[in-house]
Amino acid sequence: MNLAAQINSLLAALILLTAFGLLVQKRMYGLLHIFAWQGLFLSVSTAVVGYAAGTHHLYISSVLTLLLKVILLPYILHVLIQRLQIHKEIETVVNVPTTMLIGIALVIFSYHLTAPIRELSTLVTRSTLAVALATVMIGLLMMITRRHAVTQIIGFLAMENGLFFAATSATYGMPLVVELGVALDILIAAFIFGIFFFHIRTTFDSLDVKQMAKLKEED
Amino acid sequence: MTLLILLSISLLSAITLAFVGDRKIATEINILGSAATFFAGVGLAVQVYMQGPMLAAGKFFFVDAFNVYLAVLTSFVSMTTAIFSRRYMRREREHGRVGHWGMRFYHAMFQLFIFAMLLALLTNNIGVLWIAMELATLSTVLLVSLYRTPTAIEAAWKYFILCGVGIALALFGTVLLYFAAERVLGEGGEALLWTNLNQVKSLLEPTVLSLAFVFLMVGYGTKVGLVPLHNWLPDAHSEGPTPISAVLSGLLLNIALYALVRCKVLVDGATGTHQAGYIMMGFGLLSILVAAFSILRQKDIKRMFAYSSIEHMGIATFAFGLGGPIATFGALLHMLVHSLTKSAIFFTVGHASQMNETQEMSKIKGLIKGNPLVGWGLMFGVMAIVGMPPFGVFVSEFLILTATIKNAPLLTPLLLVGLVVAFAALFRRVQPMVAGEIPANQQFLKVAHIPVILHMVLVLIIGLYMPNFLAEWFHTAAGLLK
Repeated sequence: MNLAAQINSLLAALILLTAFGLLVQKRMYGLLHIFAWQGLFLSVSTAVVGYAAGTHHLYISSVLTLLLKVILLPYILHVLIQRLQIHKEIETVVNVPTTMLIGIALVIFSYHLTAPIRELSTLVTRSTLAVALATVMIGLLMMITRRHAVTQIIGFLAMENGLFFAATSATYGMPLVVELGVALDILIAAFIFGIFFFHIRTTFDSLDVKQMAKLKEED
Repeated sequence: MTLLILLSISLLSAITLAFVGDRKIATEINILGSAATFFAGVGLAVQVYMQGPMLAAGKFFFVDAFNVYLAVLTSFVSMTTAIFSRRYMRREREHGRVGHWGMRFYHAMFQLFIFAMLLALLTNNIGVLWIAMELATLSTVLLVSLYRTPTAIEAAWKYFILCGVGIALALFGTVLLYFAAERVLGEGGEALLWTNLNQVKSLLEPTVLSLAFVFLMVGYGTKVGLVPLHNWLPDAHSEGPTPISAVLSGLLLNIALYALVRCKVLVDGATGTHQAGYIMMGFGLLSILVAAFSILRQKDIKRMFAYSSIEHMGIATFAFGLGGPIATFGALLHMLVHSLTKSAIFFTVGHASQMNETQEMSKIKGLIKGNPLVGWGLMFGVMAIVGMPPFGVFVSEFLILTATIKNAPLLTPLLLVGLVVAFAALFRRVQPMVAGEIPANQQFLKVAHIPVILHMVLVLIIGLYMPNFLAEWFHTAAGLLK
């Protein structure tokens, strides 16, 4: 195993660690910081893979990740949190040990699911595909277990990070046109959830999505 | 060339409408833009019909019989919806349900939505297909919450989150597909082009592709509204403005199914088994049954028809899963007639709920006496959608049923139960709404005649006599999807 692969594995471990961190962090700014760190690890990992494989378009996507996931999105969320004055809000996270255990089970499941692909791949990054899938799944778990609108969005963005990591680890990155398109979609999504936060806030007086449970099948 | 014109019209209209804003002329520009898109779509269809499948803009776009008919359908329904929404939205504006910014937003996003759907249909790159699907979701999220009521915001949030998650899983499936493709086609953008993939599909790694299909199925299946991933659909349909319900039901679900079928073709070629088909049949059948029984329990008129859409998308998914020339022909036809009929129903439903100022079915009465077009339109629309002859839905459902009896006889009773329950449930609800005396509080309404009549006549024509070119088209498309 060469150096690049080792560094990449380390970064993969760090990304997974931040994913677990997001899962149980209660404070808004804490979440934001962990999310920014995850983006940074992702960006560095992309650059390392780009260097090791000699594929230069990965540098572009590395810079793109840095701009979007480490600077722009955390900044937007930061401004939103301040404007909405929710930076002091502490979310009650129920059942931390159970959530962690489910998270670990998801990691094992991801390893199991990607086993046949790992055997096929010849890339230096192949062992990290399972971590990428695990990050996606943990993001999903976060969206299910948390009840705050901002937290759910961070979970959604963490999922997107996992997907991006999957693209670099399985294939040395998607074609550039696709990556640019995905980045554009995330930007539009950021614009939309920004508007949403204010709508939810003005209609429901808080950003807890628990109170949005009117639409049900009545008997 | 026609293709680029087709795409640019809707994009340019979106930008223009963003600037025009809440002026009276905005509705006319909206109609004009959609009509121009429709004519460009017909032009493209004629070109494809004469010359066969073609690539454009350096393989970036690909048009064959399968996607061109959906492109024409998409532009046609968006044109009629634009005509319908002229009167509908004007009234909502007068009644203060939508504000100044709301109208600006509505028109611009409507055109952007059409652009996203056409891009999804015509692109050759399955990565871009994903991006366009996501764009189509994002452009409609804020339209669902246009009325800003608590329930509308809840519905839009649900739509945003659930479809966001779903579509993220589809991206993972696309990454896996690219991983398999790259090993055969080499690195770079070429490996994501559907036409290239289609040529080498038998060489793609089967294990990777079957895993990819699971993710694609769950991802795009969420957008198709298949049970158990359908939770967003009834909410989004019932809380958004009715023109948006019409295009969501009639068009967006079709596009998502299109994406799924395109991917299925590749997976089938790689695995050489019928595995992907079985998964689709399972999801489809479950959707038909769950939706049919859910229709029984509905009180809100738009929610009821939303469940009916789930049922019909289930039928089409089931038929694509079943495969074979007859079932695929039936599925393609079903996508067409369902789209036409369901949007016509939503047009009448929109007017009916405006007349009675409620969406609750028990309070809607005397539609035929109040306004014959709305009453009879709803009546005939429901007769068509439940599959009564001589309407087009009967033909497609008959074909699918025949194929089921032949190839999967054991599933026939389940399919029939679903169809019969939906039939009974819808009729039971519609009868009291259209018949009876006019209630005291019913409002007089200027309604949009053309869209409803046009759609119903088309469905009737397809049911009575299928034009030759259409049959030929579906045959070619069914051949492509083998």
